[in-house]
Amino acid sequence: MTSALFIDRLEVIFDRFRALKGVSLEVQSGESFGLVGESGSGKSTLLRAIAGLAPVASGSITVNGKTLGPRRDKAFYREVQMVFQDPYGSLHPRQTVDRLLQEPLAIHGFADGEKRIVRALDEVGLGTGFRFRYAHQLSGGQRQRVAIARALILEPSILLLDEPTSALDASVQAEVLNLLEEVRRRRKLTFLMVSHDLAIITHMCERLMVMQNGEAVEKLTADDLVRRHVTKDYTRNLLRASEGFVRTA
Amino acid sequence: MTASHAGPLSRRDWLLSERPASRMQARLGRAYVAWRRFSANRLAFVGLLIILALLVVAAFADVLAPYSPTIGDLKNARLLAPSAAHWFGTDDLGRDIYSRIIYGSRWTLYVVILVAIIAAPIGLLVGTVAGYAGGWTDAVLMRITDIFLAFPKLILALAFVAALGPGIENAVLAIAITSWPPYARIARAETLTVRNSDYIKAVQLMGASPFRIVLRHIMPLCVSSLIVRVTLDMAGIILTAAGLGFLGLGAQPPLPEWGTMIASGRRFVLDQWWVAGAPGFAILIVSLGFNLLGDGLRDALDPRSGDQ
Repeated sequence: MTSALFIDRLEVIFDRFRALKGVSLEVQSGESFGLVGESGSGKSTLLRAIAGLAPVASGSITVNGKTLGPRRDKAFYREVQMVFQDPYGSLHPRQTVDRLLQEPLAIHGFADGEKRIVRALDEVGLGTGFRFRYAHQLSGGQRQRVAIARALILEPSILLLDEPTSALDASVQAEVLNLLEEVRRRRKLTFLMVSHDLAIITHMCERLMVMQNGEAVEKLTADDLVRRHVTKDYTRNLLRASEGFVRTA
Repeated sequence: MTASHAGPLSRRDWLLSERPASRMQARLGRAYVAWRRFSANRLAFVGLLIILALLVVAAFADVLAPYSPTIGDLKNARLLAPSAAHWFGTDDLGRDIYSRIIYGSRWTLYVVILVAIIAAPIGLLVGTVAGYAGGWTDAVLMRITDIFLAFPKLILALAFVAALGPGIENAVLAIAITSWPPYARIARAETLTVRNSDYIKAVQLMGASPFRIVLRHIMPLCVSSLIVRVTLDMAGIILTAAGLGFLGLGAQPPLPEWGTMIASGRRFVLDQWWVAGAPGFAILIVSLGFNLLGDGLRDALDPRSGDQ
């Protein structure tokens, strides 16, 4: 098995703040890998650094055997796409779904745009009835489906998911997660998924990495997490916190 | 009865459909919502009517004007008071003021439209590029803007006209050069609010070039506030053009430009008030029309109001 994503001692520095302190990571092709940690632990920054949206100070990122330079080329964007956390902020307010989906096709010069848009909408379970709506005419779950369709329309092999369901209510959350699962199975995608919800990570991912203060705390398999085979205190605390509020007598 | 109702009602439903079936329907539906919001505002509607009337008058000046705007009857018709034959009276060269005002509407429109066409795109381009690029590009572009903003508008326009020579084309150019900086500021401010949003990041992630992002994703968001501002500025543009005309640096006689007409009526404003009063009133009405229209457009197009 080849590694789809290999990150070596990655540092990200915003002004003078070290958001990532030498994080290394390897994700196998076809694998679903989770990143967990509290707010500000650097998990979203890691995703953004891979996508080229955060300033990388040192370290290297290798995608499908190719090491990335400071500037991403078009070929990279056809390999790696991202779904953002907030479905209310990730769709352009003045564009119809049709226009949103057409944009990546126009940029990459696809000729069969019409067919691809219809297929992409079908794939995320929206159908063509939603094609000419504006973002404000869609619910949160529908918006996130559109965002997923937009990410998939370039047929990437790696999908970066930045808390894709945290802004949605529980039942819609399950729908979107199932959709992502199904898409991954059908297209044999590699997922790198950020979440603060351990239940979602154990459900979706085979392996995961716990992060704190821009550093990797430990790497586990989902089984380890379920059986509580953890070695670090921080992970234990995180597990306890995820059990939620416990009433004592 | 029912049949006559079914037509417009279904057309309305078609426009407001939650599930538009084509690009065209989605666009028309959007325009219809904006139009409903606009026409609910009575004063804005009055403004629109005034501007439409101005357009009609300018287009059909040849038909509407009873006399020639430039050739007067020096022998019999000098400085006549308003009457049935000459609705707004005549000026010192025996020319019918009503006809001159009707022809003058063309020059007013000419100035306003040319200034808008020149100044708004310059401001939009400078502002969005500065806002999106940031860094030294932003610094250089905005300092240039600041330099233009530092001069009083009319004084700078006067300097340009003095350098280029008097005439309506140069007046237009001078006004355009002095009126783009506020548009650049607005466009930059709008750009700064959207440049770090996820939907712009998402377009970057598709591999779009900065040029494409500015042109296709940021500019459309700035256009509506710019349209509002330009419309509100139109009154000021008309007044500046009239001011330059009044000072003898804009339109030259015998061109029937309203500012120039006021300047020539100045000498007998106490005895023959209508010579300066009629064009002054025309400027007042048109400026008011643009202001009301601008206010209405602000309510209809403001991206921050409602879910648009």
